[in-house]
This record gives sequence, C-alpha cells and structure tokens, in this order.
Amino acid sequence: MIDFLQIVIYGIVLGSIIALGAIGVSLIFGILRFAHFAHGDLMTLGAYFALAGVAGMSMPMFAAFGLALAATALVAIGIDRALYSRLQQVSPIILLISSVGVALMLRSLVQMIWGPDNQVYEQGITMPWVFAGGLRIQPTQVMIVGGAAGLMLLLHLFLQHTRFGKAMRAMSDNPDLARLSGINTERVVILTWIIAGVLAAAAGIFLGMDTRLHPIMGWKLLLPVFAAAIFGGIGKPYGAVAGALVIGLAQEMSTLVLPAAYKPAVAFALMVIILVWRPTGIFRGKVL
Amino acid sequence: MSLLTAEELYGGYGGGDILNGVSMHVDAGEIVVIVGPNGAGKSTAMKALFGLVNVRSGRVTFRDEDITRLSPDRIVGRGVCYVPQEANVFPSLSVLENLEMGAFIRKDDYSAQIERVFELFPPLKEKRGQAAGTLSGGQRQMVAIGRALMLDPSVLMLDEPTAGLSPKFIDLIFERIQEVNASGVSILMVEQNARHALSLADRGYVLVLGANRHEDTGPNLLADREVAEMFLGG
Amino acid sequence: MELSGLFSYFVFFLSMASVYAVLVLGLNIQWGYTGQLNIGVAAFFAVGAYTTAIVTGPASDNYLGGFGLPFVVGLLLAMVVAGLLALVIGLITVNLRSDYLAIATIGIAEIVRLVLKNEAWLTNGVRGISSIPSPFDELSGITEGLAYLSVLLVVVGGVYWTCERLFRSPWARVLRAIRANEDAVRAAGKNVLLFRVEAFVLGSMFMGLGGALYAHFVGFISPSAFDPMFATFVVWVMLIAGGSGNNRGALLGAVVIWAVWTMSSSMIGVLSDIGLLPDQLATQASALRIFLIGLLLEIILLTRREGLLPERPPKAIDRAD
Repeated sequence: MIDFLQIVIYGIVLGSIIALGAIGVSLIFGILRFAHFAHGDLMTLGAYFALAGVAGMSMPMFAAFGLALAATALVAIGIDRALYSRLQQVSPIILLISSVGVALMLRSLVQMIWGPDNQVYEQGITMPWVFAGGLRIQPTQVMIVGGAAGLMLLLHLFLQHTRFGKAMRAMSDNPDLARLSGINTERVVILTWIIAGVLAAAAGIFLGMDTRLHPIMGWKLLLPVFAAAIFGGIGKPYGAVAGALVIGLAQEMSTLVLPAAYKPAVAFALMVIILVWRPTGIFRGKVL
Repeated sequence: MSLLTAEELYGGYGGGDILNGVSMHVDAGEIVVIVGPNGAGKSTAMKALFGLVNVRSGRVTFRDEDITRLSPDRIVGRGVCYVPQEANVFPSLSVLENLEMGAFIRKDDYSAQIERVFELFPPLKEKRGQAAGTLSGGQRQMVAIGRALMLDPSVLMLDEPTAGLSPKFIDLIFERIQEVNASGVSILMVEQNARHALSLADRGYVLVLGANRHEDTGPNLLADREVAEMFLGG
Repeated sequence: MELSGLFSYFVFFLSMASVYAVLVLGLNIQWGYTGQLNIGVAAFFAVGAYTTAIVTGPASDNYLGGFGLPFVVGLLLAMVVAGLLALVIGLITVNLRSDYLAIATIGIAEIVRLVLKNEAWLTNGVRGISSIPSPFDELSGITEGLAYLSVLLVVVGGVYWTCERLFRSPWARVLRAIRANEDAVRAAGKNVLLFRVEAFVLGSMFMGLGGALYAHFVGFISPSAFDPMFATFVVWVMLIAGGSGNNRGALLGAVVIWAVWTMSSSMIGVLSDIGLLPDQLATQASALRIFLIGLLLEIILLTRREGLLPERPPKAIDRAD
C-alpha cells in the first residue's frame, strides 16, 4: 500500500512537470497552429539558465528561477521573431520541421556551453520527510507540485480574468474573427511565447530538481508532453493538465508491471490509443 | 456625401478576378442590401470593402478617407464593423466575453454598450455566462451581431445574417437590424432572403457575375419584373 | 594529406554518402511522394542494421547470434524486418495527420531504441554487436574499401532506378493525387489506406537496407550509433537541402550535407589547432556540428525551401486519373 502511494506521489510530481510543458504546447498549437517540437529543449534551456544562475553566479535558487524564466521567455520570443513568424505563411509542416532544427540547435548549444555530463543544482542529499508507514516525501517534490500548481493558477486567472487572456482564448478559437474584432494578434502571439517559455523553463528547472540536468533532459520529455497535450485535446490547456496527470501517473505506475526503462513507452502507447480511438482528445479539442 | 463608397472594384482571392468593376455606396442612416444569384460575388464585394479580399484595382473610401489598402483591424478602428456569415462567434468564450472581445480596442467604459446589446437581444442577457458555442443558431447570430456592435460603429456590414435560421428567427433578426438602423447605424447587408431584405431596404444592388446589374430603391427593385423573375422566386 | 590518405578518405566519404543516399531515397518515398512525416527514420535504420548483424554475425554467449548467413541474405532480411515493423506501425497510424504521425514516429523510434538498449538477449544491449562480417573481409586496406564501395554504388544505383521508375508509375500518380485531394481519390474508389501503407512500408524497407549496408561497412553497431541526431535529423536535412519530392535531389542532398558534415569536423579540428576555437568548444565538436547543420536547415527553410533541385511538377496527365 505504501509502495503504491509512493508511486502515486512520483506520478503526481512527474505529471506536474509534464503539465507545465503540455500547457505551452497546447497553447502554441491553438494559437500558432503548429506542433512545437523544440519545446522539450526549451525546457532544457530553462533548466540550464537556472544552473548558470546558481552555479555560475552564485544566486539563491529562487532568484535563479526567476532569471531563468525571464531568459527563456526572451529566447522563445527571439526564435519566433527570427524564424517561426517568417515561416507562418508557408505551412504547419514546415514550421514543425523548423522547430526540429531549433530543438537540435538548442540542445547542442547547451551541450557546448555546459558540457555533456550530468549536473545538479545542489550537491548532497536532502533528507526526505518520513510519514506514517514509511511514506517518504522529498521537500523538492512538494516545491515542484506546489510551484506547478501556483503557476497554473496564475495562468488560469490570466486567461479568465484579463483582457489579453481572453484575447488569447479568442484567438485560439477563431483567429480570423479575432483579427476582425481588432484584437492585436501580434501581441497575442508574443504573449503566447512568453507564457510558453516561462512554463517550459519552470518545467525544466523542476525536472532538474527532481532528477538531474542533462542536455537531452527536455527532449526525453517531449513525447510525454505531446502525449499529454493530445490526450487532453489539442488547443485546450486545461485538458493538457488532466492529460499530464494521467500520463505521469500511468508512467510511474507502469513500473509495477514493466521494467523501469520502458516508462517512456507507456506515454507513447497511451497517445497512440487516444489518436486512434479519439483524435480530438478526451476533452474534444481541435483536430489540426 | 456618402459614408462608405466602393468605386470600380476588380479583384478576388488570388487567381482570377471575382469582382469585375463593382461600385456601390452607403449613405448615412441607410439600409443597403446586396442581392443576386449564387456566385455573383456578393460576399466577396462586401469583404473587399472590409479589406479581406485582394483589390486589384478600384477604390474604397470611408468618410472620404481611402481605405482600400487598410487591413481589417485598422478599418474596424474607424467605425466599420463586419459580421461574417460563418464562424462568427468565439465558441468557447461566454456570451459576455464575446461582447468584450468585440470591444477590445475600446479604452473607455463600454458597459453602456453592453446594456444596449442586451436590450436589443434579451436572450443574451439571460445567457451571458454561457459558452457561445452551446447556443442555438439564432442566439449565436445575436451574439455575432452584438459583438460587432460593441464598437458603436457608423456602418455595420452583415454577410447573410439570416442564413440557416428558422422563420421565427429570420423575422426577429431583420426586426433587430431595423432597430439598430433606427439608432443611427448604417447597414450594408448581403442577403439570400432577397425579397424580405429588400422590403426593409432603402436601396439595393443586384450583382451578377461580379458586376453591378441593377441599382434602385428597395421598393422599386421589389416591383421590378426582371429582377423578380431572375431570382426573387422565394 | 598524402595521396593514398586522401584517396582512402574519399572512399570513406563516398561510402557513407551512399549509405545516407539510400536512407534519403527511402524518406523521399514517404515524405516526397506521399507527404508522410517520418521522424523515426532512426528506428528503421537501426532495425535493418541489427537484423543483418544478428543473422550474419558471429555466435555469442550473450545474445542471439551465430546464424552466419551470407551478406545478401542479411540485406534482404533487413529489408523484410524493417518492412514488417513499418507495416504494423503503418496500419495503426496511416490515417493520422502529418503532425500526429510525426509524433507517433518519434515514439516508435524511442521504443525501438529502448528495446535495443534493454533486450540484451537479442541485441547485446549497450555493448553492441561487433565483428559484423563484410563480404570482402579477405581483402585488406584500400582494396576492401573500394570493393565495398562498388557494392554500395551498385545498390544506390538500383534503389535510385527503382525510385525513378516508381515516380513515373500510376502508383505514384495516385499518391500525388492523395496528397492533393484525399477525398476525391477515395470517391474514385481507390483504397487510400492501402496506398499510404505501401509507401510507408517501401520507404522503410529502403531505410532498413541502408542500416544493413551501414552495419557491414562499419563492422560494429550499438544503440548510440542510431541516435536521432545522426540517423534521423541529418537524413531530413539532406532531403530538404537536396529538394524533397525529387530523387536526384535526394542524392545531391546526401552528398552535399555529408560533405558539410565531414568538412565541418575537419574545419573544427583545424580552427582548434590554429587557436581560433576555444578548447571547450572544440571538445564539443559533435555538438557544434549538429548546431551548424541545424542552422543550415533553418537558413534553407527561410531562403530556399525547395532545396537545390526543386521538385518537378507532376505531369498534366495526372488530372485524367
């Protein structure tokens, strides 16, 4: 029983991390209408920006966190201005291929600057809190789930209660009508990248806190992130959160029956099932 | 002086021209209707006025300003609003949020305008929190028109506002359009329900194959036998 | 570099370019002819390589091996197994839109990689399979290299010829029609599903063939050789640079990008030697090369999307179909 609960906790932690990435992917799908394959590596970049802050500039973690979020958002906007926005008129496929190129470039850049080895934010072992029955919870796990929940709450408030948040939802629904109503679509696009970049960076940092930093850490999460976004219905950020929890829990619980090395295959299998059975996702999002 | 004019418009979506020299104008306070057989280019003509279609040659002016090359979001700021025929609401946004999006570029307090829209379309007030995509066709059309009214436009352009609606709603929508007009908004409308539309129009244009064929007052067009024969069947 | 060294370098270059050429030709059938976004090229490449390694390679206590089958059989079986994998995947994913297919193929590649790494009873895991025989093992040095190169060139020629014949065939016309207007083709009574699966399987078979050729060329394979960066990404850049939809473009792309790849490696070495490149970057040479290839891809997409040899427009007869 305790082992099962332990696994559930891992699943929730992983699900929270995946959720932050999946929300971004879903927003980009909904507003920019393409599959952003560089999203995993954006997460990696965010994680390493934070490492630069902590290890390189000796900042406290929360400051490095903020720095990394801002820096990643800027990079995301930069890539869009330099690249994606110019290819927007061509086709979603070309955008996808372009984002694969961006993914490779980000990843190799990280490797060139920080090296190919595993790294951590803090050396040493932190003691977990132990509860009745031997249930262990790491403080970082609480931070991750709490941080992710906090970010998602902020996003929710933004989307539901601010003018630009509603404009984002409007553009995701119907970009032509948004333009007709006078909504500044350029600004909405920039906002989308800011949000996606911030959430991706947070996801990367949390992942680094939970496991370790490695140049392909984000790429390895790309499949579960997309699986979650598709599962919840492409273009529906709230669905993506649900999808992420399902994927996270499923991946962790699969260790009860499968060797741990095959965890990524679980996310994939779920995604294929959804794609074949109900391509618009559990919550009936768009079909591109 | 005409509020909105189009002079000798030629253009289309890319390849060939759909519009072959269309001209029209809307004066302040008028209801102007565009009718014609299928494929006549009626919607295209109206879209050209709003900057949604490539105008190869010709001129569109609003209050004497040349707006031919302006993009739709700039035109909207000048007081011309457009209701497309399809996909004319934000389905996942509530009724109220749809209206708020209509008012996006307004910097002032527009609650009065929202109240006016609710007075015009009472069902919307009741369903203000409901997602627009879950409404019936007629109610969705109300939201679509309401959204376009939020900027207090001088000219309201409507593309087949009664398409696909039940007779009850058709009457209702036409009635409301007249009310909007009565409050000072000029109306330019493409309609398939030609007979009904012309009966409330001040003037009408008959377009055939992307060119002007007839232009006259609403009553005259209704009485015209050739026009009636051509397509007023219904 | 002395002449013999230069010559053997050239033989090596052309050999690898040929292996890649086969891969790109296979991808062209999927993407160029049919519009299928296969980002899991590495999977079929790896499956082909491992199949031939297992059936032609030496016996071992650690993994399944020692069948000692001949080279040609290894190649053929590689194609068959890759084709079977593609059949299974194709049947499941064939009606997915390009974006979803792309993600699905990434997943496939990941699963294949996991199996290669973890099912050591089959593949010897991360240790890889070595001593893969080549038909010219008795020869040595440059002669062996030349002999194998001639085999490669013959295979490339054969695959190219096949692809060109296919391009002009009614089958390819239907594929192009499906790309343009799927519903119309279905309404005309053709089984769209079947055509798509056929294209996917055929392309994958060529990728498997490429993998097998690679295995015999290098003599040693391990899961890390089929890293998506090398196996999948570079192949895509080759196709796009050369001109997707176009077999000559595929060949040209393979040679040109492979040249860029190998030259950038030498260039990095030279720059580092003369002190223009900081040591830290030089040790990350492979990452730098990936970065440059990625940058090249973006530049191509921005400035000359059609590639070096733009796709020939389909003949007017297509309309009659």
